[in-house]
Amino acid sequence: MKIIVCVKQVPDTSGKVAVNPDGTLNRASMATITNPDDLNAVEAALALKEQTGAEVIVVSMGPPPAEGMLREIMARGVDRAVLVSAREFGGSDTYATSQILAAAINKIGIEDDDIVMCGRQAIDGDTAQVGPQIAEKLGLPQVSYAADIKKEGDTLTIKRMLEDGYMTIKVKTPCLITCIKELNAPRYMSVDGVFECYAKPYEIFDYNTLKDDPLVDPTTIGLKGSPTNIFKSFTPPQKGVGMMLEGADKATCDKLAGILAAKHMI
Amino acid sequence: MDFHLTREQEMVRKMYREFAETEVKPLAEELDEEERFPMETVEKMGKLGMMGIYFPKQYGGAGGDVLSYAMCVEELAKVCGTTAVIVSAHTSLCCAPIFEHGTEEQKMKYLPDLLSGKKIGAFGLTEPNAGTDASGQQTTAVLDEAGENYILNGSKCFITNGTVADTFVVFAMTDKKLGNHGISAFIVEKSFPGFSVGKHEKKMGIRGSSTCDLIFEDCVVPKENLLGKLNGGFKIAMMTLDGGRIGIAAQALGLGEGAVSEAIKYTQERVQFKKRLSQFQNTQFQLADMHTRMQAAQYLVYAAAMKKQNHEPYSMDAAMAKLFAAEAASDVTRRAVQLFGGYGYTREYPVERMMRDAKITEIYEGTSEVQRMVISSHLGVK
Repeated sequence: MKIIVCVKQVPDTSGKVAVNPDGTLNRASMATITNPDDLNAVEAALALKEQTGAEVIVVSMGPPPAEGMLREIMARGVDRAVLVSAREFGGSDTYATSQILAAAINKIGIEDDDIVMCGRQAIDGDTAQVGPQIAEKLGLPQVSYAADIKKEGDTLTIKRMLEDGYMTIKVKTPCLITCIKELNAPRYMSVDGVFECYAKPYEIFDYNTLKDDPLVDPTTIGLKGSPTNIFKSFTPPQKGVGMMLEGADKATCDKLAGILAAKHMI
Repeated sequence: MDFHLTREQEMVRKMYREFAETEVKPLAEELDEEERFPMETVEKMGKLGMMGIYFPKQYGGAGGDVLSYAMCVEELAKVCGTTAVIVSAHTSLCCAPIFEHGTEEQKMKYLPDLLSGKKIGAFGLTEPNAGTDASGQQTTAVLDEAGENYILNGSKCFITNGTVADTFVVFAMTDKKLGNHGISAFIVEKSFPGFSVGKHEKKMGIRGSSTCDLIFEDCVVPKENLLGKLNGGFKIAMMTLDGGRIGIAAQALGLGEGAVSEAIKYTQERVQFKKRLSQFQNTQFQLADMHTRMQAAQYLVYAAAMKKQNHEPYSMDAAMAKLFAAEAASDVTRRAVQLFGGYGYTREYPVERMMRDAKITEIYEGTSEVQRMVISSHLGVK
């Protein structure tokens, strides 16, 4: 049994956000972190590994420095890592990214008892599209927004969170699950994990590794294969300092009405 | 001289920082106030390999290195002096002498539980009448008539981790006539008949750490628990303290660095005379001096750790690191309180706790005066 976890290196949005003239993020000038929801997926995979003895493989698409992130994830207990990296893959939107990641997962190989896991969405694009698109392209059943996962035999029972409640879904392997932060608390790297992580198997899948997969075609990958175009990107102006009025008496209400009237809001 | 950390050391430091910020910092004030030992933190650190960082995996260690251990103590001390000394005393004063001087049987018996943090270790050398003059040991160990067990009598004081430890490395006179050369080391379990712990000391700082007396009343220690050679204990004690000084120097380093960060943050927020405190040149110069002292301390501490890792002589380096880092920590934490003014003197801010915690680093595991004795003796000054 294998669990393949897709992760993304994202800008640390708690720091400075830099934007290129073309509207894309200037990733090189920003500190990076592992996308937070992806760490929940890693944790879920490691918990299932403890239960089943499954091999956990982490996969990421990105530039070569993403190796550091993948090594840190192996320091948490993941068995091996694959970095999908090539110039041809650059500029991919969610559609093209999911083509490439699905091809990478095909290359690793999906068997009947395997699971693919993703974070719900990345904090840079917030699309929540890549996980579900990978499932479609691999022909796997998918359960998104997982807040609880239980495995018995080949059946997973998953609590799927919705805005106004939750559903409980049973699904058989192989399948794809996207994970939310309520699922678990990601573990820390361990000292032993850190000192072992550079000895663990680490592979790079470049264009040549994946080019024979029908999913990887010049028209479906990279900037050219991406249907999404960015028209405009901007930093929203900061809101002004708010004002708090306290009390439910007539005077306070009159004051509130006066402020709103002065701003022509009523 | 290479001042660069390895990629593993960089990564493990990031892990310590995350752990310290999330798991240790939120408890620091309460541990100090309540004098509470953070057993829950020790359990978490054990699972992450932080209680056996630089020991080989075959004994249950994490397979790291000495510098990674020093950085662990440093990062913990930045936010909590108590948690830092728990790791330092356990690692340097109990795990290290068993690893370095124990037989294969002793290592296999004691190290896996210690290095995984399932059991906590402590070290018993100091006695009411044998502090800096450690050779004046009054605790005795006598082989019983059957030749099976040593019988220990006497008491130890100021034992860090004393009330919570399961395994102790204890020193006792096996041949009084020989003075220093008549001291032996023993591995004592808390369950051994005749062993008990005495009163908990109320302290100025590191108030969450456990400090107590150990009492031996015809305490029965199996003869296979003799650590190292008979009458070879004093050398083990001195070698152990050389290593321990790296841990305490790292604790002092972290305390000072923690105080510098707190002072930088506070002086950028606090406004007096319509200016942020950080805009005053006095503040800027103070912070520059404080940071410089701690940076110098860091080089000394890391150099001593690297030498121990590389099996080079490091006794003088450890003494210099501890002397300098401890005095720097005391100075820097005191200056941090001054920059905070009245607020610094209250328990609303952590710098007064850091100042109290820093003082002990000039005293335990060899006072600053002892470090000067060690350094000058290495210089051949008589």
